[in-house]
Amino acid sequence: MAKVPLPKEKWSGNIGSVSLGDGGVRAGGGKGMPFLSFEDRSYPRALIAGEVMDDVSDFPQIVLDQFGEAASDPVSWAEEWKARGADLICLRLLSTDPDRGDASPEDAARTAREVADATGLPLIVYGCGIADKDADTMEAVSASLAGHRSILAYVEEDSYKRISAAAMANKHSVLAFSNLDINLAKQMNILLSDFGVDRSDMVMDPLMAPLGMGMEYSYSVNERIMLAALSGDRMLQVPMVCDASQAWQVRDCSDDDPSLGDVAERAAWWEFTTALAALLSGADILILRGHDAMALVKEAIDDLGGGA
Amino acid sequence: MPTAIEFFKFLPKTNCGECGQATCLAFAMQLANQKATIDACPYVDGGAKEKLEESSAPPVRAITIGSGDRAVSMGGETVLYRHERRFVNPTAFAISISDTCSAQEMEQEVSKYLDMAFERVGTVFNIDMFVLRDDSGDPESFRTAAVRLRSLTDLPLVLESSSADVLSSAAAELRDVRPLIYGAGQDNIEAMVAVAKENSLPLALIGNDLDRMAEMVEVARKGGVEDLILDLGSSSMKHILESNTVARKVSLRRTFKGLGYPLMNLVGSGPAAMMKASLAVMKYSSLVVFDSLEAQQALPLMTLRQNIYTDPQVPIQVKEDLYPISDPGEESPILFTTNFSLTYFTVRADIEKSRQPVWLQVVDTEGLSVLTAYAAGKFSHEHVATALQASGALDRSKGPIVTPGMVAKLSGKLEEALGRKVMVGTMESSALPKFLKNLRQ
Repeated sequence: MAKVPLPKEKWSGNIGSVSLGDGGVRAGGGKGMPFLSFEDRSYPRALIAGEVMDDVSDFPQIVLDQFGEAASDPVSWAEEWKARGADLICLRLLSTDPDRGDASPEDAARTAREVADATGLPLIVYGCGIADKDADTMEAVSASLAGHRSILAYVEEDSYKRISAAAMANKHSVLAFSNLDINLAKQMNILLSDFGVDRSDMVMDPLMAPLGMGMEYSYSVNERIMLAALSGDRMLQVPMVCDASQAWQVRDCSDDDPSLGDVAERAAWWEFTTALAALLSGADILILRGHDAMALVKEAIDDLGGGA
Repeated sequence: MPTAIEFFKFLPKTNCGECGQATCLAFAMQLANQKATIDACPYVDGGAKEKLEESSAPPVRAITIGSGDRAVSMGGETVLYRHERRFVNPTAFAISISDTCSAQEMEQEVSKYLDMAFERVGTVFNIDMFVLRDDSGDPESFRTAAVRLRSLTDLPLVLESSSADVLSSAAAELRDVRPLIYGAGQDNIEAMVAVAKENSLPLALIGNDLDRMAEMVEVARKGGVEDLILDLGSSSMKHILESNTVARKVSLRRTFKGLGYPLMNLVGSGPAAMMKASLAVMKYSSLVVFDSLEAQQALPLMTLRQNIYTDPQVPIQVKEDLYPISDPGEESPILFTTNFSLTYFTVRADIEKSRQPVWLQVVDTEGLSVLTAYAAGKFSHEHVATALQASGALDRSKGPIVTPGMVAKLSGKLEEALGRKVMVGTMESSALPKFLKNLRQ
C-alpha cells in the first residue's frame, strides 16, 4: 500500500516557558506548530485568563448579564471566573484613569492583592493605558503581589524601564507589547533582555487584532513568530499572550441587529473565532471577556487534543 | 514551480517577441511569476511543453463545481502559510438538504439560506452551494428532488448518496450544471468513478486514512476521473487539523503526489459544527458542508473566511467617501483618516465608543496608514482638501475639521486651502472618545 510520509519538521528551537502563581502554573513550552501531534506529542495546553475590570462603565451589558451580581466587584467576578475554569485572571485597573476617579496606586494594588488572595490564581494586571500613571500603579502592584508571580502589563518600546524594573524587583513577568510586526516584537524582547529581564520572565503580545478588524494580519504575524522561534530565533522564543476580548470592539460582534442573528450567541462566536485563530497561530495565554466564549474555547482545545 | 532559468532553457532564445515580451528571458520571468503561460510561445516543442506544464502545475489541483456565474473554483493552492502568498480559492459553504423533504419544505429551506446574506466592507457574503442528500434510497425520488432543487437555485449542487444506482439518473439529468458527486468510499469506488466518468463530473473521495485515500485516488485516476475532492474525515478538530495539514504539506513539498486535490469537510450542525468549520476555513478546506447554519454563526464564519483569504500583500482598502457615524448633523465635527482598513476600523470603533456624532472622511491613500501615507506624499493637504470637496463634507457640516494628531503639520496648509477652521486631533485613535466628548462641551 502507498505510504504517505509524515511531514514532520526538524525544528531546532522551542518556545520558552514562564512559571506563574506559586510556580504551579506554566505557560509556553511548545516544540512544534500548534496542535500538530506529529510535531509535538504534548503541545502545551493554552491558558485562559478571564477579564475583570474594576470599573464597568462603558462595558458591554451582555457580558455583565453573563456574570450577574458577581460582576459588581472585582473579587467576586474573579471568583466566578475561577469557578468556571479560568487559569488566570486578567485584571484591568481602569479606575486609576484620571478621568475615571483617579484611584491611587495603593488602592489599585490592594484590589490586585484581594483578587489574588481570593482566587489563588496568577494575574495579568493592566493599568489604565496612561504610561506614567501605569508605571506608578505597577510599582505598587508588583510589591503587593510579591510572592505570587504574575504578569505586569504592558511595556512598549518608549516606556518599559519602570515597569520592567518593578517586575524584576518581585520576580514577576513582563508583557512586551508590539504593534503587529515580527521585527518590533523581536526588538521589544531584545530591549527587555538588554535591560536585564530574564527570558523566563517575559511574555509577549504582538497584538491580536480581532475578527473583522485585521485578524488576518495578527494570524500571519503570529505564525511567522512561531516559525522563526521554532527555527531557532531565541529572541522570539517567548510565550505569546493574545487578547481575544478585543473582539468586542468590532461592531458586528455585539450590534443588536436581529438580521444578524441572536446577539449573545453571535458575540460568543465572534470572540471564539478570534481566540481560535490565536490558538492556531501560537497563543500560549488567551485573554477572554465572555464566559460563553470560554466554554467554547475549552471545548475546542480538548477537541484539538491540546494539553496531552 | 520551475525558476525563470529553468523555463529559459526550453525557450528558443530568438527574442522574436511573438509572446508579447521583448525577450525570451523576460518571458521566462513572467512564466516563473505565473503571469504568463507557456502556450504563448509558438516555438516550444510538444515534449518540452508537457514537461513544463507538469512541473508548473499547481501542487493542489484546481477544480470547478457548478456552471455559469455561480460556479465555485477550488484548489490551485500553492502555499501552507498565508503570509507567503495569498490563499487562492476561498472555502465554499454548503447546506445539506434531504431528498425526503416535501416540495414546500425544500422551498423554505432553500430560500432561508439564499436570504442569509451579509454585507461587510463592500463585499456580500452568502452560502455558496447546496447538497442534496439521499435519505430515500430511491433513484426516482432522488432524481425528482434534484431537479426540484435545481429549479429553486442556480448555486452549484452536490449530489450525495452512498449508492451509485441512486445517483446515476440525477447525475445524468444535471450533468450540464456540473454537480459534485459525493462520493466514493472503499466499497463503492468502482461504481462511483463510472458515474463521474460517464457524466464528466467531479467526484469526492471519502476516507479517513491517508494511505488508503492515496490508493483510492489512483483508482479514480485510472478510471479516468481527475477532478477530485478529498474528504479525509471530520470526526474531531484534531483529525481535521492534522489530516488536512499533512495532505496540503506533502502536496506542496511534492514529497507525495497522490493527495494534491482540494479538501472538504462535513461538519453537521450546532456548536461542534461551527468549531470544526472555523478550523476548516483556516486549515485548508475548500468546501464545508453543514446540516444547518444560523445567521449568528454564519456572519463570524464568513468574516473569518474573508479575513483568511485576503491577499497579504494588498491591504484591504475602504472606499474613499464620507461616512456618517451616530447620525451627524450640520454642527458635527469632520474627522478624516486614510483608507487603510485597519486604520479606518480602529478610528471608527473609537468614534463609535465616544457616542458623539461625527462625519468621518476617508481619503484614498492606496491602503497606506497615516504616517506612511504622509511620508509617501499620498496624504497631503491637497489630497485631503480634494476628498472633502468631492464628498460634499464641507456643505454637510460647518463643524470643525480635525486632523489626525500624527499629521498635525497638515493643519495650517489645510486651513488655508479650505478657508475653514482646522483643529489638531489626538496622536492615538484610542484617545478620541475623550477628545470628542471635550469638543462637545
